[in-house]
Amino acid sequence: MFDTLTDRFDAIFTRLRGRGRLGDAEVAEVLREIRVALLEADVNLAVVRDLIEAIRARCTGAELAKHLTPAQQVIKVVNEELTATLGGEALKISYASRPPTVVLLAGLQGSGKTTASAKLARWFRQQGRHPYLIGADLQRPAAVEQLRVLGTEIGVGVFSEPTDPIAVARRGLAEAQRLGRDVVIIDTAGRLAIDRELMDEVRRVSAAVGPNYTFFVVDAMTGQDAVQTAEAFHKALQLDGIILTKVDGDARGGAALSIKKVVGRPIAFLSTGERVADFETFHPDRLASRILGMGDVLSLIEKAEREYDEELTGQAFERLSAGTFTLDDFLDQLRQLKKMGPLTGLLSMMPGVPKQMRDAKVDDRDVGKIEAIICSMTPRERTDPTVLDGSRRLRIAHGSGTSTTEVNNLLRQFKEMQKMMRGVGPMAKLVGGGRPGKPSKSSTGNRKKVKGGRVTPSSRGLGPTR
Amino acid sequence: MTLVIVLIIVVVLAISGGVVFGTQMRRRGSVLPQAGARQPHVAPPVTTAAPTPTVPPITTASQAATSSLLERPAGRPVLSDRLGRARGLLAGYFDHVRGRPGIDAASFEELEEALILADVGVATTTRVLADLRGKLREGALSAADPPALLQALQDDLISMFEGDVESLAYADGDGPTVWLFVGVNGVGKTTTIGKLALRETQGGRGVVLAAGDTFRAAAGEQLESWAERAGARIVRGSDGADPSSVIFDAVAHAASRGAGLVLADTAGRLHTKVNLMDELRKVRRVAERPPGQLTEVLLVLDATTGQNGVAQARQFTEAVGVTGIVLTKLDGTAKGGVVLAIRSELGLPIKLVGVGEGPADLVPFDPVEFVSALFS
Repeated sequence: MFDTLTDRFDAIFTRLRGRGRLGDAEVAEVLREIRVALLEADVNLAVVRDLIEAIRARCTGAELAKHLTPAQQVIKVVNEELTATLGGEALKISYASRPPTVVLLAGLQGSGKTTASAKLARWFRQQGRHPYLIGADLQRPAAVEQLRVLGTEIGVGVFSEPTDPIAVARRGLAEAQRLGRDVVIIDTAGRLAIDRELMDEVRRVSAAVGPNYTFFVVDAMTGQDAVQTAEAFHKALQLDGIILTKVDGDARGGAALSIKKVVGRPIAFLSTGERVADFETFHPDRLASRILGMGDVLSLIEKAEREYDEELTGQAFERLSAGTFTLDDFLDQLRQLKKMGPLTGLLSMMPGVPKQMRDAKVDDRDVGKIEAIICSMTPRERTDPTVLDGSRRLRIAHGSGTSTTEVNNLLRQFKEMQKMMRGVGPMAKLVGGGRPGKPSKSSTGNRKKVKGGRVTPSSRGLGPTR
Repeated sequence: MTLVIVLIIVVVLAISGGVVFGTQMRRRGSVLPQAGARQPHVAPPVTTAAPTPTVPPITTASQAATSSLLERPAGRPVLSDRLGRARGLLAGYFDHVRGRPGIDAASFEELEEALILADVGVATTTRVLADLRGKLREGALSAADPPALLQALQDDLISMFEGDVESLAYADGDGPTVWLFVGVNGVGKTTTIGKLALRETQGGRGVVLAAGDTFRAAAGEQLESWAERAGARIVRGSDGADPSSVIFDAVAHAASRGAGLVLADTAGRLHTKVNLMDELRKVRRVAERPPGQLTEVLLVLDATTGQNGVAQARQFTEAVGVTGIVLTKLDGTAKGGVVLAIRSELGLPIKLVGVGEGPADLVPFDPVEFVSALFS
């Protein structure tokens, strides 16, 4: 999407070369494109209108910045406006002075509340708290059972009883206090905002326990209706924040923007996968890029950090720059890359990748082939590919189940890459350096090896490589 | 393959560059094991048929009695009734247009806004309105007649579903009919199966439910409670079992018992997950095998879904050949307009509409009703 937008903008702005200001007509055209992009991202119509106005005010007649193309300048403004609308800071949980801190989750059916409850419990555990789960969804068959299974998985107790949600909440809270838990998370049944009876019920649940935090759980693929529903829940419960779920899909998530704008409460967490561990605090700048379709470099880097071995990567990088990068290094990097999910998914997260590459139909099985080829080499062959004569290549081809053509291909490409990669500094700066507004946490100091064998949301366990 | 090598190199560089330079060494402090990841199916599955005794015709009384959960009273299964509460937002736009002295640019703006708000999407809205403008130019519509404009729009939208077969297909041979339910997480697959099971058992058909969601915690229990309500049999596997084999067993079970219909549930999955979509392909291949006949692959879609619904429909169709859509949660405020975009771009018909969580809250799709509801 990113390149489509910038491509389109670039085309519109070619006429501006040599002029000092962003022309009204061009800006208007660009704004039309942005409007479509935002609507296609499911941003609410009224919110889009306001955003476009704000952007127009900033762009029309504005001076052309020296270091940016007009297209880039407009994108920058759009990104800033989106980020500002999404809220400058992530929500910081402040715990109740008299424990437990009570957290209530509410939302439509199927939004992911039960899973989010468990994820939240695990998250609180990681913060050093002692959470307790209350299953107050007595409506959906086996909802409590689901919560119990998840509770067992994460080692958090679950309370429920087949009475009514208000009683469950109240008694669950008492039980949590008795057990000395300092955070209580209450899962409630999904309900329509227009269902008066059920909205009344959740209001009574809230009144019974006096939550410190009430989160509205909403699916990232929600369309224009997000605003109406959020407003109704906000009116009934006074929401404190939003949890956006199923963010690991390709829905652009415009609903988040709309809700934030209209309800004025921050997006607290993102649920990024089916595993209980797939839960993060929210970063507005990243979601802004995603909504605009700009690729999410920061998430990519974070993903890499999670899955990549620091030491290995550091060494590999040095060798890359020095031109001493071997096939062994390539194999290591390849294996780490595989852990991060399908190649096309990674590519889509990177801006600056040429359109042709991005659109290419990449078969992830080829990754497996490459791995197999390299594995079929002896260590010496890997460090010194010059020894690879015809018979060796044939052996490798047989050993890896590929053809000599493919082996030759790999070797040739690798050699070219080695040549290209001396002085790879500029590339690194493109990706790694200077993203403003990134929250910084202090490093642990020691170079720890990230645990191997971690699976990503998009891969299925330690299955056979493909 | 050449391209792949180049791409890998690009990504590797970018990532290693990014990891090493200028990023904080944030440590994700997750020390807890990565439990719950979907594993590939290596263990031979254990399928247990949990037969209910003979399948009696289900009356509404027994259905209320079966469940110990708080049961909502079964709603009246008429679409416009259930949507009645959700009126208002779009009605305003159409009233404005109707009330103007003539058709002008502002009228079209109102219509555009209304359609966008209904999640019809920019592309489809633009096309539909362009057609209307064309009619205006050609004189087929009079500029002085706003109600006619609205009628024309309604008619256009209704005609988008022309020729669709909305009924569900049954097998024409001896073996059981198999209907496979697919979709992303949380859309209402299991609930839809439950409702459909009841409808079919009430119609005198023997129904077997296949608990093909072997991933989600307590998914089998959820389906089982529906099986009880509907008087249907259910075939389950152990947690993490191969969904294909559960479905295979369910079909075999249905065939051996003479049950006419197998409703196969699958785990919700995002269409962007390559491995999971591959798993679904396999599920479909197995579901097609004799003695059953796979006559419907139904994509369950949440009416609150925005434009992502098109991507979902596209990917699922590419993977398993969707034959129709079940549009759920239409009793809320969302209009479900994305199905128009889907129909327009992919030609997928809508077969059923879900209008609540109760067993009776399932109605056949009627384009006239659906479009009228959009406009009311």
